[in-house]
Amino acid sequence: MAEVTLTINGRQVTVPQGSTVLEAAKKLDIFIPTLCYDPELTIDGSCRMCVVEIKGARALMISCATAATGGMVVETESPAVVEARKTILELLLANHPMDCLTCARSGDCRLQDYAYRYGVKEGGFKGAVHQYQIEDDNPFIVRDMNKCILCGKCVRACAQIQGKSVVDYSYRGFNTKVAPAMDTTLAGSDCVFCGNCVAVCPVGALQEKGLRAKARTWEVEKVRTTCPYCGTGCNFDLNVKDGKVVGVTSCDGDVNGRALCVKGRFGYGFIHHPDRLKKPLIKKDGRFVEASWEQAINLVAEKLGAIKSGFGPEALAVLSSARCTNEENYLFSKFTRAVLGTNNIDHCARL
Amino acid sequence: MTNPIKDVAGADFILAIGTNTTESHPIIGLQVKKAVRGGSTLVVADPRKTEVAELAHTHLQIKSGSDIALLNGLAGVIISEGLYNKEFVKERTEDFEVFRAAVEKYTPEYVEELTGIPADKLREVARGYAGAENATILYTMGITQHICGTHNVFAVANLAMLCGHIGKPYSGVNPLRGQNNVQGACDMGALPAVLTGYQGVGLDDVRAKFASAWGLESLPAKPGLTVGEMLEGASRGQIKGMYIMGENPVLSDPDAGHVIHALEKLDFLVVQDIFLSETAQLADVVLPAASFAEKDGTFSNTERRVQRVRKAIEPVGEARPDWRIICDVATAMGYPMSYESPAEIMREIASLTPSYAGISYPRLEQGGIQWPCPTADHPGTPVLHVGKFSRGLGKFSPVEYVPPAELPDQQYPLVLSTGRRHFHYHTGTMTMRTGALEVHYGTEYLEINASDAAKMGLAEGDRVRVSSRRGSVELSARITDVVPEGLVFTSFHFPEVAINKLTNPARDGISKIPELKVCAVKVEKTA
Ligand code: SF4
Ligand code: SF4
Ligand code: SF4
Repeated sequence: MAEVTLTINGRQVTVPQGSTVLEAAKKLDIFIPTLCYDPELTIDGSCRMCVVEIKGARALMISCATAATGGMVVETESPAVVEARKTILELLLANHPMDCLTCARSGDCRLQDYAYRYGVKEGGFKGAVHQYQIEDDNPFIVRDMNKCILCGKCVRACAQIQGKSVVDYSYRGFNTKVAPAMDTTLAGSDCVFCGNCVAVCPVGALQEKGLRAKARTWEVEKVRTTCPYCGTGCNFDLNVKDGKVVGVTSCDGDVNGRALCVKGRFGYGFIHHPDRLKKPLIKKDGRFVEASWEQAINLVAEKLGAIKSGFGPEALAVLSSARCTNEENYLFSKFTRAVLGTNNIDHCARL
Repeated sequence: MTNPIKDVAGADFILAIGTNTTESHPIIGLQVKKAVRGGSTLVVADPRKTEVAELAHTHLQIKSGSDIALLNGLAGVIISEGLYNKEFVKERTEDFEVFRAAVEKYTPEYVEELTGIPADKLREVARGYAGAENATILYTMGITQHICGTHNVFAVANLAMLCGHIGKPYSGVNPLRGQNNVQGACDMGALPAVLTGYQGVGLDDVRAKFASAWGLESLPAKPGLTVGEMLEGASRGQIKGMYIMGENPVLSDPDAGHVIHALEKLDFLVVQDIFLSETAQLADVVLPAASFAEKDGTFSNTERRVQRVRKAIEPVGEARPDWRIICDVATAMGYPMSYESPAEIMREIASLTPSYAGISYPRLEQGGIQWPCPTADHPGTPVLHVGKFSRGLGKFSPVEYVPPAELPDQQYPLVLSTGRRHFHYHTGTMTMRTGALEVHYGTEYLEINASDAAKMGLAEGDRVRVSSRRGSVELSARITDVVPEGLVFTSFHFPEVAINKLTNPARDGISKIPELKVCAVKVEKTA
């Protein structure tokens, strides 16, 4: 493939032809702030956060949509660039509720990050602000359109990742709003609550209901794991606070990228459900009574052993589990064959 | 799956049989949608007008249980019109002539009688599949949960070999597994006739290898019982004790009444689970297990990708990871078993299993690995059967259409089919306790066609009793054209709608899969 070499902030970089300036900068680990850009979605180029100065160009250019060309000389933090970014941020903040103190996305918000980076304290242009009702009439997602910066990522994620097009821009001008058709709520639309829009939203406009009610962004530890539901094997991060799983967020999964379905993203509540079994139980006179591990294990060993010696290994049978890990299935097979002495092991794979 | 999930989006032609992909495997469904957006042709064969069927260019609304007729019919057209991949058939397969002779009688007109699919539509789909550069076949339980389930799978493989749509990217024969680690449970030998990596218990050298690794003189050679046979054995008193880990056969297996009866007859039942499931309630001892968030390990997904499960929190209460409990029971029975960690168990698995030999925890930190992975520097195998089948030549295995074991009659005039819902999972033990999923989708209903509803004077939301020869459940009716006349549908997720009281335990002769997709029922209004 043909390549081009360009200079960014005084450093040379060679990238495949057709790469954007943003991609070339990434290769040099030069950070360019973006709001509406996402590598998995089509380029929108509307937020203009990623502008850069290109030698010989008459105006600042948006790096996400400008092709890198041979010999190009780019500055990503020149005074003109910084000035432009400040103006954009002031415009956005002018119409943004300044409630970072209580916003659950605080600490994981691009608007906050960039305002800090460029020292923008407040919106420069006081004017009308939105007074939208916060939408939380479903158990999964909270939508606060007062915080929406109209980057359009959720619109594209819903269409291009989820293939649904549940949300889109509605109304015009100042009243432009991202909403399902007829401006109903997600609950009233054919939304499948995959939350893939939440995963791409750069600000607090879309939030996971359970997670954000329980933990601030910096309080959680993220542990990457594999979904316990269907056989697709999506990866995600369990969010842990004080020894409890408080939510699930996307990581870059081998199979799924950042996409998840409603079960993977919002189906973790069973982990701490009060119905979880917490102690071994032994049935006495038809009723379960709690027992110690030692009592339970010894009883199991004794009963299985007695059947084995009384009726032979073929009187025992084992059902293993398509829910358990490989290691556990292996050990259970070893147990059945080596300890019980039978091949009577199966699982419910057929179902 | 012979091919990776990501290949689906690159296929020019997708034939999805008996899989409601967007609901049951939503993320694989995204790949299907992506392919369609990119201009691929999607053909869906399903008695129901599912979400993915709505997306299809062609929906083959076949009669329940007529999949073999459809698949043989497609092959018949492809052969008679000379559209098959002659080079592939010659170089890579055997028994083609037998196959050709077997499918000859499945003319489009005959297939129309059996499946209800117009002959011209069949021809069009056959030409599309054969003519595509890369065509993939996706299927799930819709194919396997029949008395002829194994034959259905053969029929799928025959079609793929006929057109050479296997052993290359963006094609293949792709079963989509319903549970997270069905693939792994099979790979690990949680099956009556094989040890890890499908090494047969009947082979002397295999048994010798495992016996010596496990420090024993010998291992049992006689293949064991399948789950259905175990339950039959229990009800006849031959099986006296069972140890069930993380399964809920009372709700998931057909003819629930029979399952309960069988488990109650046991002298001793121990169940290890995270909840007191319907099955655990019947146990003599219940052992509390850790959930996936509370332990380390690996799952193998439907594309054979081995991936890490990581411990995020301590087990709740006194619960323990299943692997530790098994070690404790084994030790108490006089066979000391102890491992530092699941990583150590994986080292033992790798040492005994050629297809997992190159897999280790340090490698999995870099990402999942698709088996076969025979050595530590092998990258894994995304596409199976490239250049050569595992048995050498691909064998055509001709199969014949047989009607479902139980057909509707005067007394039970409707066909009941069961399946999954987007917001729920399996027998609901997890998804009914999330504080979210069950809030959003909290009650189950029976899908019934408007013309059947009219005959019974049913209105939307009416309570109905659905009964088969084996049992009955009550639920609300939803009148919809998702199901055709003569078919009703519901899921098996909801304990209060224990639909497997009704289903037919008639099993496939080879795989022993029960025919959960077809049984005869009647529907009556209750109030
Ligand atoms: S949750 Fe999923 S379906 Fe619903 S709006 Fe967001 S992306 Fe679209
Ligand atoms: S809701 Fe979030 S992702 Fe959607 S347009 Fe607004 S800011 Fe962007
Ligand atoms: S997130 Fe959804 S599609 Fe992915 S593995 Fe989990 S249940 Fe399956």
